[in-house]
Amino acid sequence: MIRIAKRTDLTKLQSIKMRIAAVLLALLTAGIFILVLGHNPLSVYGAMLVGAFGNLYGFKETILLTIPLVITSLGISIAFKMKFWNIGAEGQIFMGAFGASFVALNFPHLPKPLLLLLMAVGGILCGGIWALVPAFFKAQFGTNETLFTLMMNYIALKWVTYLQYGPWRDPQANGFPKIADFGENAILPKFLGIHIGWIIALVLVFAINLFIHHTKKGYEISVIGESENTARYAGMDVKKIIVLAILLSGGLCGLAGMVQASAISKTLSVDVSGGIGFTAIITTWLGQLSSPLILLVSFLFAVMIQGGAYIQTVFQIPQAAASVLQGMILFFVLGSEFFIQYKVFFRNQSASELTKEGI
Amino acid sequence: MTKKVIALVLVVMMAFSLALMTGCSAGTSGSKVKVGFVFIGPVKDGGWTEAHANGMNYLKEQLKVETMHREMVPEGPESKKAIKELINAGCNVIFTTSFGYMDPTLEMAKENPNVKFYHCSGFKTADNMSNYFGRMHEPRYLSGIVAGLKTKSNKIGYVAAYEIPEVISGINAFTLGVQSVNPNAVVKVRWSHTWIDSAKEKDAAVALLDDGCDVISQHNDSTSPQIAAQERGAFALGYNLDSRNAAPKAYMTAPIWNWGPYYVNEVKSIMEGKFKASAYHGGIKEGILDLAPLTDVAPAEAKAKVEEVRKKMVEGSFEVFKGPLQDQTGTVKVPEGKFLTYEEIFGTDMNWFVKGVEGKIEAQK
Repeated sequence: MIRIAKRTDLTKLQSIKMRIAAVLLALLTAGIFILVLGHNPLSVYGAMLVGAFGNLYGFKETILLTIPLVITSLGISIAFKMKFWNIGAEGQIFMGAFGASFVALNFPHLPKPLLLLLMAVGGILCGGIWALVPAFFKAQFGTNETLFTLMMNYIALKWVTYLQYGPWRDPQANGFPKIADFGENAILPKFLGIHIGWIIALVLVFAINLFIHHTKKGYEISVIGESENTARYAGMDVKKIIVLAILLSGGLCGLAGMVQASAISKTLSVDVSGGIGFTAIITTWLGQLSSPLILLVSFLFAVMIQGGAYIQTVFQIPQAAASVLQGMILFFVLGSEFFIQYKVFFRNQSASELTKEGI
Repeated sequence: MTKKVIALVLVVMMAFSLALMTGCSAGTSGSKVKVGFVFIGPVKDGGWTEAHANGMNYLKEQLKVETMHREMVPEGPESKKAIKELINAGCNVIFTTSFGYMDPTLEMAKENPNVKFYHCSGFKTADNMSNYFGRMHEPRYLSGIVAGLKTKSNKIGYVAAYEIPEVISGINAFTLGVQSVNPNAVVKVRWSHTWIDSAKEKDAAVALLDDGCDVISQHNDSTSPQIAAQERGAFALGYNLDSRNAAPKAYMTAPIWNWGPYYVNEVKSIMEGKFKASAYHGGIKEGILDLAPLTDVAPAEAKAKVEEVRKKMVEGSFEVFKGPLQDQTGTVKVPEGKFLTYEEIFGTDMNWFVKGVEGKIEAQK
């Protein structure tokens, strides 16, 4: 029999060693896979980096991928801090994009700054409210928020699908199910060649870090995450704080939706998120809910995704194989987190023996 | 904790930079032509994308040019990214091969005036962007003849992708072909709302078979509707490629594409510096499309009938959309003595079904 127990005895050096081992194993295993595909692994890894950093174009694309990951991860991190398992970022992105698109399509002639501001407000509100629904049910009836937020994703996706195929379908598109493109005023301006979402993301990293670590509300969120009873005992208005935190969490995801709809899709479509809401759960977790780490991890993820896209072009590696490659790397990196947190041993060895061995 | 992650990052960086030193970089070579293709499905989809990929390989062989492609690119913003990546990798001629790439291609054409763009199946052009397609209604009509002669239940199923003129005109042409030999047969339409998704296409085909159809036709990219027909002992028409091996007991024929010669012509003219933005739409006569050879499953009398009409099409003495034509409600859409031009067949007004089609175009509800 195999048993699993929480590790408490790992030193920093040991955990670093394990992470190094995980990355090396990942590169090695994926390398075998690349060899089987008939390419030189070193060339392919090199090309992934060239694709992500090698020139201005690649670097820009990497940043474009990083932006929504960072904003969404920050949103998720606030809910996770409170141990509210918000798996609904994907849906909140969709609803945020919906809110922003509603403004963009109905008031296209407003001055650009005002229109963009209203779109952001629309996105934040819709995303926030979408997250608040499961929060309300959890508070009132004790429903499971993991499942609830997950299911809300599909409703949001189907809602956007409905709009795209039904009432919002562009009559100019010759029957093709597509929503009309935004007007010029509804598109985020560029700064240094990349849409200003990158500035928004950086400001948010700083602001959320400040909020969590240096404000009363941020502290209260952390306390509720540790123990709701403690929070109540300390006289905090638990429900109010939960509502605020979830609004903020969903609102940030909604803002990511607004940014994507405005700057990337330039319209609303079922492809507006592209699975960012799910990827961001991983980046949030690997970033250990800390804003600066989330920035870093999101960037590394973007490097991997952009590099994966580049090798498809340069080596003509099939799309499915590139996904397998990314999945392998992820598997090892996530797997190492498990072995850092827990240890596995067989029943005939007692736990105390293992501790003595000091693995 | 922070330090651990930083260490992790450094290790990744180190490992990667080691690889980088030996890695290669994609260089852009001078003024040579390098052709990029953007595909909606995998290159081995057995249908639409494979037909284009065959054209790409033919181009590569004939002109010895370098080609690149990206497969399974969704029709949203992803397609712009795929185009940008191909340009970044040195492509200066880009073919995008799905209807939904039209606006993204146009946007990229405006941003990259030095790159030549070709969009398949749309209707927009620019100084550096051509569009191309073919008179698919011709082989569709011919395939309708085969289906009309084969059906016993007089119910023919049609799995269709989207309610756009390209697909609607195909259904209409097919139905006209069916009714030319079997006026009692009807064509039932099911929308799959995808270009390629073998599960959804199969579901649509199964629903049609449940509804009593004994022949299945399709405007989708995978072969799953044909396989569904074979599983029920029914018969099928493919699309895009001769797919007789996918469902040998059901497959009779297919309207097929032959893109290779067109790709060679266009790229050759670019190499000779004679590019001119245009809208190309060849027919059976030009050889860009045709009806695949009939198999033994097809009804015996079909071959002669198909040959007869095909010959007229090649001579230019046969119009598929020739009046009088009525829509489903009986309203005359094309009066006696008139016929629809290519622009009308693929234009916005192609939003109605001819009499004999059972189904509705949801967009115009």
